[in-house]
Amino acid sequence: MTSLPETTTRKLGLVIDLDTCVGCHACVISCKGWNTENYGAPLSDQDPYGADPVGTFLNRVHSYEVQPDQGAAQLVHFPKSCLHCDDAPCVTVCPTGASYKRVEDGIVLVNESDCIGCGLCAWSCPYGARELDAAEGVMKKCTLCVDRIYNENLPEEDREPACVRTCPAGARHFGDFADPDSNVSKLSAERGGMDLMPEQGTKPVNKYLPPRPKDSWEGEVDVLAPWLEPVAQEPQGFLGWLDKALEKI
Amino acid sequence: MHPAPSVIVFTTLSGLGLGLLFWLGIDPDPSRGWVGFTFFLIAFALTIGGLMASTFHLGRPERALKAFSQWRSSWLSREAWAAVSALVLMGLYGFFLIIFDTHIGILGWLGALACLATVGTTSMIYTQLKTVPRWHHWSTPILFFALSLGGGALLAGKISTAIFLIAVAGCVQAYWFWQGDQRFDEAGSTMGTATGLGDRGKVRAFEPPHTGTNYLLNEFVYVVGRKHGDKLRLIALGLMAVLPLLILLTNPHHLLAIIAALSHLAGVVVARWLFFAQAEHVVGLYYGKR
Repeated sequence: MTSLPETTTRKLGLVIDLDTCVGCHACVISCKGWNTENYGAPLSDQDPYGADPVGTFLNRVHSYEVQPDQGAAQLVHFPKSCLHCDDAPCVTVCPTGASYKRVEDGIVLVNESDCIGCGLCAWSCPYGARELDAAEGVMKKCTLCVDRIYNENLPEEDREPACVRTCPAGARHFGDFADPDSNVSKLSAERGGMDLMPEQGTKPVNKYLPPRPKDSWEGEVDVLAPWLEPVAQEPQGFLGWLDKALEKI
Repeated sequence: MHPAPSVIVFTTLSGLGLGLLFWLGIDPDPSRGWVGFTFFLIAFALTIGGLMASTFHLGRPERALKAFSQWRSSWLSREAWAAVSALVLMGLYGFFLIIFDTHIGILGWLGALACLATVGTTSMIYTQLKTVPRWHHWSTPILFFALSLGGGALLAGKISTAIFLIAVAGCVQAYWFWQGDQRFDEAGSTMGTATGLGDRGKVRAFEPPHTGTNYLLNEFVYVVGRKHGDKLRLIALGLMAVLPLLILLTNPHHLLAIIAALSHLAGVVVARWLFFAQAEHVVGLYYGKR
């Protein structure tokens, strides 16, 4: 059970567009909302209305400032959830078999009734994708909304992860990376989808699209611009007299 | 990494207890009667006490038996098997030795091997983690073996062996401390690789995802005590190796030997605290921390 499958039939995952994300955190809230009410143990909060609130989240949005050698700094909003790695270290370290990667679609899941809450899978994850729920004592992680994507009780347009469904900017895309013609495979190929921390050797399935280069006004100055220079440098007439008179006071 | 007391107690006490059991197991002419009983009592108290402490860091300790199922892939599961094998084999060996005055050498050797396997599997739980570069190194298992066997020899009263092994353990620990400082940089993970934005410029954490703290920061980004890291390392080495060696070289009687053993134990506790407190997990990079 805790060995990784050699291959998976499908490779479901997300494309996250760092160019489009506006950092509104709607995906964080919809993720918490769906996953606290549906599959598995709820995502608990400790001291939620007090001075020191802590809680379990499966998706969090960071914001980074990137300062190039020349030019202005750029702000990049950065949603992060489980990347459903092909070579997921969190699966093989699990002593109980609670942590597993599905052969049919590649989703990495936790069987909560087998989890002893040792935390080793969270230790082995470079991305911080797993959080031990303080109330339940079991490991929680992104399920890729496995209870939505195959759920025939939902209208078809809702059969995608809650974060993707809710994103107002269209910065999150869901699909099958094993199919080269899928929306996510094409997007990733077109825009240079990248892996996070490739040196960790986890082979993440989720891809991040880098921000597009910023456009510039260089060379776009209107031909009439020189005639739009301010003409009157010094006030004249009544205003000129007033200016001088006030200077003297 | 958060230095959880349960895990520090576990690795320290069990390491020492298993080391003592190892030397009891391979002894061709072990102590019997009450002396032998005392040796086994100390060894089992340390080992079992440590193992029980380790269950306190589980979220669901009542399901701990499930941890025996994945020995094919998981070092933690292998550790569970090795620990139970060591306890059962050494328990039988000690039982026959003390109660029936019968020395079954082969049983002792098998038990001793199981003790070594337990220490080895414990060390591999940490060594396997690529996410903690300070641990992910060949010297981590050597450190665990050296400390366990050295401390075990000290408790078993094998003075000349203890002098040699504790000196070795002190050297390995010193190497592990200071060479380990470079490993995070050598592993090559930076905020640039973590975000994939490194080739565009210098990446700085601008806003964290939440106003408070979270599980990840509490568990993986532990910065308390770093200021005194070097002093604590020297204290650990002094208590663990230097003081016990000075005492042992005077060919001590029992009381001084007990002081040497307690000093060694205290030194290993400090070193184990640093083992966790100074270990930096790559996930801290996402928060602009190490």
